[in-house]
Amino acid sequence: MISASTDLRRRQDNKIAWFFCLPALIGLTFFIFFPFILAVFLSFTNLRLGSPLPLEFMGLSQYSRIFTDTAFLHALKNNTVFALIVVPLQTCLALLLALLINQPLRGMFIFRTLFFMPVIFPLSLVAVVWILIFAPGPQGTLNSLLELITLGSWEPRDFLHDPHLALPAITITSIWQGVGFQMVILLAALQSLPTELYEAAKVDGACRSQQFFHITLPLLKNPLIFVILVTTILAFRLFDQVQIMTRGGPNYATTTVMYEAVSAAFGSQQVARGAAMTVVFFIIVLALTLLQRYIVRQEGASS
Amino acid sequence: MSVYLALGCLTLIFLVPVGMMISGSFKPDSLVLQEAGQLTSFFPDEIVLTNYQDVFARVDFAQYIFNSIYITGTIVLFGLFANSLAGYALSRLHWHGRKLILAGVIALIIIPLEAIAVPLFYEVTLFGWRNTYLVQIVPFIANAFSIYLFYTFFLGLPRELEEAARIDGAKPLRIFTCIVVPNAKPVFAAVAILTFLTQWGSFLWPLMVTHSENVRPLPLGIALFYTLPPLQWGDIFAFGVMMVLPVLVVFLVFQRWFVQGVASTGMKG
Repeated sequence: MISASTDLRRRQDNKIAWFFCLPALIGLTFFIFFPFILAVFLSFTNLRLGSPLPLEFMGLSQYSRIFTDTAFLHALKNNTVFALIVVPLQTCLALLLALLINQPLRGMFIFRTLFFMPVIFPLSLVAVVWILIFAPGPQGTLNSLLELITLGSWEPRDFLHDPHLALPAITITSIWQGVGFQMVILLAALQSLPTELYEAAKVDGACRSQQFFHITLPLLKNPLIFVILVTTILAFRLFDQVQIMTRGGPNYATTTVMYEAVSAAFGSQQVARGAAMTVVFFIIVLALTLLQRYIVRQEGASS
Repeated sequence: MSVYLALGCLTLIFLVPVGMMISGSFKPDSLVLQEAGQLTSFFPDEIVLTNYQDVFARVDFAQYIFNSIYITGTIVLFGLFANSLAGYALSRLHWHGRKLILAGVIALIIIPLEAIAVPLFYEVTLFGWRNTYLVQIVPFIANAFSIYLFYTFFLGLPRELEEAARIDGAKPLRIFTCIVVPNAKPVFAAVAILTFLTQWGSFLWPLMVTHSENVRPLPLGIALFYTLPPLQWGDIFAFGVMMVLPVLVVFLVFQRWFVQGVASTGMKG
């Protein structure tokens, strides 16, 4: 009796479950899975929108072309440099902010609100506002601030048009907008740490820096790895700020993989070329994700 | 005390750009760039509203804000519906293919929009969807990460109530709407807020697939407004203030939910 009714229930469940999943599955299939397969497929062709040439298979030639293309190589380098600066800086800053806010003092929620606020600002708006901060000439906000700090010995720079300063300028803008996101994730992790450990450490006479390095940091390992992964992937997705603040210039100094992919597919209708670039982008994201999984698993196995 | 001092300095870094935008929006256009470097310029000598009038005169701001609200709102609403149902089926119902679909959904999480933007652009071109609301809404309703968040939350809910309702003969859809949903407010809020934040700021996709003001959202609006000659910083900042104000109010009212929503993304690590 019982088994018969569970059997019936199972069969009912089967139909209903597919019915429940259907809207989401259709969406995922048509707008993520299928385009993903299409990206790989197109990257082996010569597809160009509005081109009279027939669709042809080109093997890996799109890939060999992009890897000999100056702009794309600059883009890869810029993304890597950007990630190498943004990831440590933003993670450390987020951790510092989270540690400060986690103090049992009055009014901490006000600071949490303030530091998180830029996250709700669209990046395009943030980029436009920071263009004025980086404005050239002595009236620019940053220029005049630096002049104040250096007691007048600062030479005003045109940050966004200087090949050495444009990428750092975009870096600062990105950290300002995004650090609150990482801070909140780390703050949540900090608040879930067991307080007993700290009490025991106090009894043993451990000072605050010892507590931080021997208790907090090891316990925060997995959230930190997660934050680092998310920030690295975000660094490789860099697009909005570049499009608005520098358009990849000056002299490819700020171009990125996504900027080149969009320019190829959308600007010059070379869909196949753009697809090849996004496949490269995806391989980078995949490699980073697998690396994170591997590190976390190693950690789990050793402890 | 030293903590407050450190926090105070950091606060300045976070507040100055915002303050600059707000005060600039009330200044005569010519003064914004001129005074950009003066700390005293935060409190303008005279407050003018011409910048706000200019925005409405130069672009159809109301259309932009309507487009943003319509597009984002629809994605959030339909997304909550489709993704929560899928998350529920994956976590609670017994069916053939459950494990396969679950693995598939988890695998899809790591494919960001950027990785498929180009073929998706080609696909919607074939559909003839370019420059519509549809092209900005439909591809973003189903979301693998949202499904995953629902899935993990539903796994953690106690089964007893649902089991009891089942024995009483309630159908899964009824159990879902009457028992599960009322107990799952935090995850609905988290998914709604995360979806909202990503879609509200969406820039790359609308840039690729739209070309007229009728359907373009605010983030494109501000970028285009910035390039629209003559360059008038006062107007640009007025546009910025108006675009961020509604969200800022919602954020300040529901900030606990925002923070919890974002924090929940870190829990999977």
